[in-house]
Amino acid sequence: MTSSNNTDTRLMTGNEACAEAALVAGMRFFAGYPITPSSEIAEVLARKLPSSGGVFIQMEDEIGSIAAIIGASLAGVKAMTATSGPGFSLMQENIGYAAMTEVPVVIVNVQRGGPSTGLPTLPSQSDVMQARWGTHGDHPVIAVVPSTVYETFVWTIKAFNFSEQYRVPVIVLLDEIIAHINEKITIPAHDELAIIDRTLSSQPPESYLPYKNTPSGVPLFAGFGTGYRYHVTGLCHDETGFPSSNARIVEELYLRLNRKIDQHRNDIIEYQTLDLDDAEICIVAYGSSARSAQRAVRIARQDGIKVGLFKPFVLWPFPGEELAELTRKAKTIIVPEMNLGQIAHEVSCATRKDVVSVNRVDGTLITPQEIVKRIYDVQV
Amino acid sequence: MFRYEYYLRNKHFPHIWCTGCGCGIILKSLLRAIDRSALSKDEIALISGIGCSSRTPGYVDFNTLHTTHGRALAFATGLKLAKPDLKVIVVSGDGDATAIGGNHFIHTARRNIDITAIIYNNHIYGMTGGQASPTTPLGKRGSTAPYGSIEPDFDISGLAIAAGASFVARSTCYHAVQLDKFIEKGLSKKGFSLIEVLSPCPTYYSRPNRLGTAVDMMRWYKENSIPFARAKDMSAEERRDKVITGILHDIERPEFCEEYKRLTERVKGT
Amino acid sequence: MSFRYEIRLSGSGGQGLILAGKILAEAAAIYDNKNATQSQSYGPEARGGSSRSEVIISDEEIDYPKAVNIDFLLCFTQEACDKYCVDIKEKGILLVDSDYVTKVPEGKFTVHKVPITTIAEKQAGKSLVANIVALGIITGLTGIVSKKAVESAVLSRVPKGTEDLNTKAFNLGIDLARELK
Repeated sequence: MTSSNNTDTRLMTGNEACAEAALVAGMRFFAGYPITPSSEIAEVLARKLPSSGGVFIQMEDEIGSIAAIIGASLAGVKAMTATSGPGFSLMQENIGYAAMTEVPVVIVNVQRGGPSTGLPTLPSQSDVMQARWGTHGDHPVIAVVPSTVYETFVWTIKAFNFSEQYRVPVIVLLDEIIAHINEKITIPAHDELAIIDRTLSSQPPESYLPYKNTPSGVPLFAGFGTGYRYHVTGLCHDETGFPSSNARIVEELYLRLNRKIDQHRNDIIEYQTLDLDDAEICIVAYGSSARSAQRAVRIARQDGIKVGLFKPFVLWPFPGEELAELTRKAKTIIVPEMNLGQIAHEVSCATRKDVVSVNRVDGTLITPQEIVKRIYDVQV
Repeated sequence: MFRYEYYLRNKHFPHIWCTGCGCGIILKSLLRAIDRSALSKDEIALISGIGCSSRTPGYVDFNTLHTTHGRALAFATGLKLAKPDLKVIVVSGDGDATAIGGNHFIHTARRNIDITAIIYNNHIYGMTGGQASPTTPLGKRGSTAPYGSIEPDFDISGLAIAAGASFVARSTCYHAVQLDKFIEKGLSKKGFSLIEVLSPCPTYYSRPNRLGTAVDMMRWYKENSIPFARAKDMSAEERRDKVITGILHDIERPEFCEEYKRLTERVKGT
Repeated sequence: MSFRYEIRLSGSGGQGLILAGKILAEAAAIYDNKNATQSQSYGPEARGGSSRSEVIISDEEIDYPKAVNIDFLLCFTQEACDKYCVDIKEKGILLVDSDYVTKVPEGKFTVHKVPITTIAEKQAGKSLVANIVALGIITGLTGIVSKKAVESAVLSRVPKGTEDLNTKAFNLGIDLARELK
């Protein structure tokens, strides 16, 4: 394949692929604030959105950025922001607001070392629990974790699809490695990609209930300024959208918010396996660590060790049931991650197996050799 | 004949505001100004943050958005840019706009985006029980300033002017007729317009500061307000503890949505 | 037979090593239709500080994208050379810019000392294109990417108006490699 072919093959970074994919998904509003290592996403979109009929705005901070994209999404426009650790922390309250008010938005968090300013230019995977539980309250969220530039492209589009379909904030968790690596990617033809838009209400405005339960649990959307004059609040509300502290209504709201993800988890969850059928040792790895894990499996398999890989694309909701089923025969599970064992704990809860962690928090990608060593350790 | 009921979500009354609160006065003034501006209910988006004033959107029949504390202007910026044909109005309190939301406040003014902000200044956090705010005057008490505030207070209008707003006016709940006019002017102004309204909080500001009833507060506004035109020639000493009312600032500056549109045309043209 | 070739370009920020790495990866991946990744490690400095750009070229999918067993190491500073020469594999190649690297370590690898920056300045006309001269040497010495592919990638990545300068620099590197072989 060469550049003269019709297929669109390019060398691209994860950040570039994320920005390109967002445009393909129909994103036409980006608000952000500069932060390493995510800034290239904003830079690409600052160049491209004005000529694509979209809006790019650099806000005064990350809180303003996520507020602005929620405002834009209420007008019916697909909207996104991109940030990294410190900015992701600042966004948490309004991520909760988007969850509570069911406004579709996509938040990209390019993980770097933390807490605090941490390691601005170096990779980490230490925001995976924050992605799930960062904002206060019980709330549903979807987080995806690509591990290649191609996967970043595909999963950014899926992030928009999930967000539109279920009306939830969706978090794309990249890390500095994926964000900055230049890799060959063949961009799928647009007609091969499914693009989902939020379902609009066809009710007349007089009888429109903005938070009415539906069989899918997802209310029908009406954009601001389209003749539906309704109320949106972060307070607990009834199906009309107005505040309520009635115990039954409040409970129904919380349960529906969670149910709309729970009942679609099989449509959301996706993962990849490698050599898992006969595996006595299973490696669970995501994001850039999965690349090292894949190499480790290949090396160990050459030595005849029965080891396989489970690589989730969707980290939240966590694919615990699937993992438990696929690792029924495994004796040990190894979880390499660039944090001190955040997902290892989740894996342990889901599988009730011996879970061995391989951790690095020094801003360095775990090497295949480190994982291979642990495979030999647990083998004996 | 003008009817408030036309603009209100009547079944959501009674409202939550205390007797003597200025929120209702400002709400009615806003509705009169909107009516005079001949805006349709569908084209108005009313956005707020958190606080007593921020409950206003729930009571009016527009596209209404009750957001998080301090962030109304940032939400409004996103909505306005995504749908520039909406008339976007923000209602906010002194704490919401100039403490937690101070950053959004100055940058919204700097961009001069076509949003009208009405800031209810009652010098106190009413919703949470009377804590001191950035506009609590020096020496005045709040539940978190039991010995009197030792912090200088913010001049909300001055802040907006310095940051780049194109229209800034100040009024009080006593001067309701004047307020109608200012809001109407603000709504018709292309760019960021800000109307600061001094508003009584008899429950949490007047009482601990022994300023009397809501009626006493209205009398105080009446007796201590000085029109901007007259105040210009007064010394700082004469202006102390007075409320300078009027249109304080009214200039033409490039508006952000239009500038963005121009940018897109320029980029597409090349 | 599958192969994996690891290249590390090291020096300090502002020497164009990240760009050189991207060009090399693009040449291999797009113009030569192999698989290639380019990744980097960098500090807070846009200029100065240490800079490291790594290119992996393979005929199969590249999972682990970092260089650990280096086939080719380029060093533009003494510091980088001291730090990274231990990662070169047996029979690997070390290329140093002798304008900056004076103490060259010994090991079971081939060493080439070339005053790359001086050559760029004197013969191409600008020290700025030292990275492209180096690309020419790497291309000529290793044969891991075709000359044509790198030339195309150089032209697609360098700023408009500098094509002639960069082509000249690249060809200087190719000629130098011929002499070194």
